[in-house]
Amino acid sequence: MVDKELGDKIPTFDRAGGAQLDQSVSITNWSAFMGRSGTRKIGEIIAIILVAVVIIGGAEALLRGLAVPYYVMPPPSAIAVALYTDFEFIWPHLLHTLAELSAGYAVGAVVGLLLAAVITQFPFVEKIVAPYILMLVTMPMLALVPLLILRFGFGYEPRIIAVALASGPMVMINSATGFRRVDLAKIALARSFGASTMQIFLKIRVPMALPMIIVGLMIGAIFGLLTAVGAEMVGGGFGLGNRLTTFSSMIQMPQFFAVILILSLLGILIYVVFFLVGKKWASWQA
Amino acid sequence: MNVGQGASKIKLSVENASKSYDTRSGPLLAIEDFSMQVSDGEFVCVVGPSGCGKTTLLWSMAGLHSLSGGRITLDGEPVSGPHPQIGMVFQEANLLPWRNLTRNILLPSEIKRQKPDQQWIDHLLERVGLGGFGNKFPRELSGGMQQRASIVRALSFNPSVLLMDEPFGALDAFTRDEMNLLVEEIWLETRKTIVFITHNIAEAVFLSDRVYVMSARPGRLAKVFDIAYPRPRSLDMMATKELFDLVNEIKAEIEHRPAGPARPAARQNAGAAHG
Repeated sequence: MVDKELGDKIPTFDRAGGAQLDQSVSITNWSAFMGRSGTRKIGEIIAIILVAVVIIGGAEALLRGLAVPYYVMPPPSAIAVALYTDFEFIWPHLLHTLAELSAGYAVGAVVGLLLAAVITQFPFVEKIVAPYILMLVTMPMLALVPLLILRFGFGYEPRIIAVALASGPMVMINSATGFRRVDLAKIALARSFGASTMQIFLKIRVPMALPMIIVGLMIGAIFGLLTAVGAEMVGGGFGLGNRLTTFSSMIQMPQFFAVILILSLLGILIYVVFFLVGKKWASWQA
Repeated sequence: MNVGQGASKIKLSVENASKSYDTRSGPLLAIEDFSMQVSDGEFVCVVGPSGCGKTTLLWSMAGLHSLSGGRITLDGEPVSGPHPQIGMVFQEANLLPWRNLTRNILLPSEIKRQKPDQQWIDHLLERVGLGGFGNKFPRELSGGMQQRASIVRALSFNPSVLLMDEPFGALDAFTRDEMNLLVEEIWLETRKTIVFITHNIAEAVFLSDRVYVMSARPGRLAKVFDIAYPRPRSLDMMATKELFDLVNEIKAEIEHRPAGPARPAARQNAGAAHG
């Protein structure tokens, strides 16, 4: 059968090879932390440690020197002590947050990815649903949480739903950008060997979309984390977000900032994981 | 029409082919009433100016495009879609950047769900000088190496027809000469039927048994030239007066001017004419 997609298009060749757009997953230069060949320059390490000492030590000295009260901003040492002594009380909440995040993200990412894959195959459908997708992307899902709590109570459900609603559209819109990158020559290549539509999808379209899919998964995961914490702050008696409201209402600022520290480490962890995944699976684009 | 060696059977035949595309500004006629016949084991080139429908013609032969009129047959059967006996070599190699060389070359077998003939592939890789490069990614290879890999990919499933779409257009002149010698060697060895599209007249003359000249859009058949030089050919052949005149004659045909002594400027460029 003659290919429909190729049948009525003038053969054109993307001079840039179709995939040379700079859509690198990385937004920061991590080479200082992950030396390419395993060898980091001693000077780099010293500089990194020095800057950390200056910033953290400087904050410590400044806050103590100016006698800033703990309830305004505790010094780094107090935060570290709180993190250590209170960790056994904080970490069950960390598990709750991670559970909500994984459940909501799993649903959101899978649905977002599938929708992106399907919708981009039908440009007509895509045109019609585009405004609604944009609406989902820009809508503050946190605003829906009180409503969800009314319907589902103070348990996991409203949070998981909010995480799914926040991460899904992010995964979808980025993956769709990836799936839309069509290189006619590569499709013609596969078709010339007799590839079916499904084979072209799996062997050409998906690998071409992969760098953008990974970006979407990363942004979706980070949005999911933010939404999970936000939803926990709105209502319910557990989760890191709930700890934030509790500690701040009890003016336990070292504990409050310990939780903030955990949350940013979690965010960095998500970023690093996807950075490494991108390096492994989408490095051909670099 | 002149059909090379009258004795051998017709492998590929294009009969009164026309193709028009629907564009925003109305139908665009890319090819009009084009006919050609290629015998089994023959090497034929199609030359023409840029945008004259050469690629459209080749894609139709490969079954990637349907024609608006006329028909294309392979071994007497109409070509109605991608054919297992046809291997294609694309412009600018067209390797998949996320696959290494080995996996790029295995793509056809993978799609066809056939067990690859590893011995044949290894032989081809050695033949084109890519032995030991299997783990390299396309971006790590030079343009010439990429195109050699793409030739191995097209031959990997041993098709009887090779369709080549301006494969060396993006290469520098030296690499191009090298690739032309290699293609002739491979052809002499395998005796595939080859249709080779180019806008480089010298390349067409060097490679083929017969040159089909296409006019500017819409692509019509302007003239057919038989190239009766003995094989294997050498690059020295390209420096002879006789061949130079032939290249000029073909060039004149494309430009719709009477063949005469070329202007000095044209003379300089004729050897590496770019459409």
